[in-house]
Amino acid sequence: MAALTALTATELSERLGRGEVSAREVVDAHLDRIAATDGVVADGAVWATKPAGDLGDDEVHAFLHVTAGAARAHADDIDARRAAGEQLGALAGVPLALKDILTTRGAPTTCGSRMLEGWVPPYDATVTELLRDADVVVLGKTNMDEFAMGSSTENSAFGDTRNPWDLDRVPGGSSGGSAAAVAALQAPLSIGTDTGGSIRQPAALTGLVGVKPTYGTVSRRGLVAFASSLDQAGPFARTVEDAAQLLALIQRHDPRDSTSVPDTPPDLLAHLRDGVDGLRIGVVTELQGEGYEPGVEATFRATLERFERLGATIVEVSLPHAPYGLPAYYLIAPSECSSNLARFDGVRYGLRVDAPTAEEMNAATRAAGFGPEVKRRIMIGTHALSSGYYDAYYLQASKVRTLIARDFRAAFEQADVLVSPTSPSVAFGLGTKTADPIAMYLNDVATVPASLAGTPALSLPAGLAEAPDAPGTALPVGLQVMAPLLRDDLMFRVAWAFEQDRGFAAIPTGPRAVEGVA
Amino acid sequence: MRDGWELTVGLEVHVELTTRTKMWCGCPTTFGDDPNTNVCEVCTGQPGSLPVANARAIRDATLLGLALNGTVAETCWFHRKNYFYPDLAKNYQISQYDVPLISDGHLDVEVDVAPGAGREGGADGGLETRRVRIERLHMEEDTGKSLHVGDTGRLHGADRSLIDYNRCGIPLLEIVSRPDIHDPETAQAYLRELQAIVRAVGVSDARMEEGSMRCDANVSVRRPGEELGTRTEIKNLNSVRSLGRAIAYEAERQIAVLEDGGEIVMQTRHWDESQGVTETLRVKESVTDYRYFPDPDLVAVVSRPEEVEAIRAGLPELPAATRARLTAAGVPAAQAATIVTGELVPWFDEAVAQGADAAAVANWVTGDLAGQLSAAGLSVQDSGVTGSHLAELIGLIDDGTLSTKLAKQVLEGLIEERGAKGPKEVAAERGLQQVSDEGELRAIVEQVVADNPGTVEDIRGGNTKAIGALVGQVMKATRGQADPRKTNELLRETIGA
Repeated sequence: MAALTALTATELSERLGRGEVSAREVVDAHLDRIAATDGVVADGAVWATKPAGDLGDDEVHAFLHVTAGAARAHADDIDARRAAGEQLGALAGVPLALKDILTTRGAPTTCGSRMLEGWVPPYDATVTELLRDADVVVLGKTNMDEFAMGSSTENSAFGDTRNPWDLDRVPGGSSGGSAAAVAALQAPLSIGTDTGGSIRQPAALTGLVGVKPTYGTVSRRGLVAFASSLDQAGPFARTVEDAAQLLALIQRHDPRDSTSVPDTPPDLLAHLRDGVDGLRIGVVTELQGEGYEPGVEATFRATLERFERLGATIVEVSLPHAPYGLPAYYLIAPSECSSNLARFDGVRYGLRVDAPTAEEMNAATRAAGFGPEVKRRIMIGTHALSSGYYDAYYLQASKVRTLIARDFRAAFEQADVLVSPTSPSVAFGLGTKTADPIAMYLNDVATVPASLAGTPALSLPAGLAEAPDAPGTALPVGLQVMAPLLRDDLMFRVAWAFEQDRGFAAIPTGPRAVEGVA
Repeated sequence: MRDGWELTVGLEVHVELTTRTKMWCGCPTTFGDDPNTNVCEVCTGQPGSLPVANARAIRDATLLGLALNGTVAETCWFHRKNYFYPDLAKNYQISQYDVPLISDGHLDVEVDVAPGAGREGGADGGLETRRVRIERLHMEEDTGKSLHVGDTGRLHGADRSLIDYNRCGIPLLEIVSRPDIHDPETAQAYLRELQAIVRAVGVSDARMEEGSMRCDANVSVRRPGEELGTRTEIKNLNSVRSLGRAIAYEAERQIAVLEDGGEIVMQTRHWDESQGVTETLRVKESVTDYRYFPDPDLVAVVSRPEEVEAIRAGLPELPAATRARLTAAGVPAAQAATIVTGELVPWFDEAVAQGADAAAVANWVTGDLAGQLSAAGLSVQDSGVTGSHLAELIGLIDDGTLSTKLAKQVLEGLIEERGAKGPKEVAAERGLQQVSDEGELRAIVEQVVADNPGTVEDIRGGNTKAIGALVGQVMKATRGQADPRKTNELLRETIGA
């Protein structure tokens, strides 16, 4: 029998349902795996992460806090109720890692920032509530770029997360911890958040399925806002079906989130296995070519051939305004963030640096609490919203956004789904892009258009490609599938067909891969 | 206003809505609870919390906007007004910006242009109607309250500051007038009329002393025909009276500065009620950049025409219409105004519905009742005295059971009993009824005649005025309860004069 940690959520769920294994055994197996590979101080009910300087070169550091005590208690409770004959949910007893940006009552939520070190939220995010109600066991909170700003998880105030495929490389970001936890077999499922690619890009770099659902279909209540009009929580998993199962749990209308759409999206699982025969798959002209690594390009070409073999028609479509997506995104997101992060002032919660006056206390707290990337975006956003610049920056970017949404609608007249590489590169080395913000921002070039349009998009493993800086090292390449608004079901169907045919095993391999997964 | 100068005033009025819950969350809006007890993650701006607009607040704002003759925007948005202040939990206020819910309203106010003439129940020749246009009415949220301990009691230099977030997130309306006001009296009349309308439509108690209605005045002066002068904004106006005094003071101050060859500096000034002066609060060197942008946490407010018409159909009678109705029924204009501003209309209507004469009711309500209640420190509403009580009381005067004097005593009794007993019961219990029983009264009259032979002789001799002395004797004997008309009649009959 394979180790419990190597099983998918669907497999675990079946074994739990048949009584072959208890939720407690499943949770313990994953806690053991975390203790062995993650760099947490595994002690007591809440395991804390090691200080950044003490992290070992072989430690993944996916988690910031592991809520071991609560997870075990929840597992025991599930086992007791199952034994009593209670009918439980599809994923009851399956462990999950939660990005540290979703609030958890009674457990820390830091957003990867010194600003919120030690803050324990007084309420649960709607996503947290839904997971608990479904008896999914939360193992802990995962590392991330500070306030979700970044593409490598190197902007965390609490140390880097390493890519389980190559521990000297980044896992992507901002949801790098959630991606690494699933890739390192510390959890079969995790939740991340995606603002401009923060689920899809790390999924691509760690060989996972990662989903940004249609904007408004997963409640943002309790998701600490970076850019409210773009933020959306979604699943990471090792298979398309697992990801669909998890998304189906959290995709609910929430009257406590005004931007939550009242429509019920089509069932994600009903037509999952229908195949792609007869579907039109659109290749986006603007999301390929220059700037994409040759290995990424080649892998992407191969996916198109596979789709054709499976009976789909490949059509070339254009999103003419997509090239303006990145600059528009890097105005809209910082503008919203400059206002969203104003509340971190030392008055009510989190860090406070004392000073003689309220104004000086605000300034000193923000100077000490925020890292450089957060400060950069607050300044960009403050400038973009300033009187005299608003029309040229924020307003202009909003117009571009409208045009991009229109482009997508037109493209979906010609194709059922759109595809592109998720990220222009495979995982890059730790520290190689931190000095150049623009190089870092270019990671998002293929993912921001769908974010701006609000359309659903996912990344799934397309195959492996050689790292340009390390001949012989094969790293995962992601395929992005984008679907019309509220047609999340369609992209899952396309992804499932590809996954079945490709037969990709999301298990890290290579000389610097995390230990004990093979 | 000093000769050769013209005053221009625009008013910004904030009204807290008395919805049951706050603008973006389900916390109660109760005034005066212990600090930080009516709070949740939303109104304290906890990370991850989201606002959901209070539908009742939007409906109330629409109702008031219609009462102010405004146009309802079919689609409007909430914007964020970004600024740092400790009692603003998110460090931005959710407000409205380019498209307010209501635009282009107006208010017609009556101003007494000849003060002193025809005030109480006399001719109304002194009243003139003036129109003040309303630029906009928009929805926003209130802030928390800061308490600064030490130094001046303001944020700067305080030893420590305490913040109560109970008020944070209470629905607030901002109503901005055009600069159509040119004297303090019109400003006061506008504020009074606005307060009456807010109360009539029932969206707020509009109590300036509790801060549920607040007013800032933008004041400037100029020579007639010149461009508008530089304005100052006056804050801390806690009553209609303060508003009038502050505008008058500020106008004089600005004129004095200009006549001395000085310049008016754009600034915010604080009205000091005890000193009767305005003082510099902060100088506006440049316009604050609030970096307004549409709040991405909220969706557009869409008011479909049929919904607006349904709200309009629910508008109650507005103060101007009530005043017109009262004057048409014979109530003098000044009393009609008092009844409307004193929120006594339902009370008045009840009395009249019971058959009492409108003018008589108005007289009692604005005269003796008001006087006695104010002496007792009670509001009409709290006194327990109802319109029906008053109608009954007036009926007892009309049928001769009570004299006016006795009726006032009965009213006193009614107030003491807090309305638990009706006028008849009070009169009976306290023996406050006129003696008009002929047999009883005749006996007393005959006794008085017998006791005062000298006076009787006098009267018979032609000094009919002396009969007054005998009436007084009868009154004394009956402790004032004899019917004066009947007493007179019986005395003349007995004396044979």
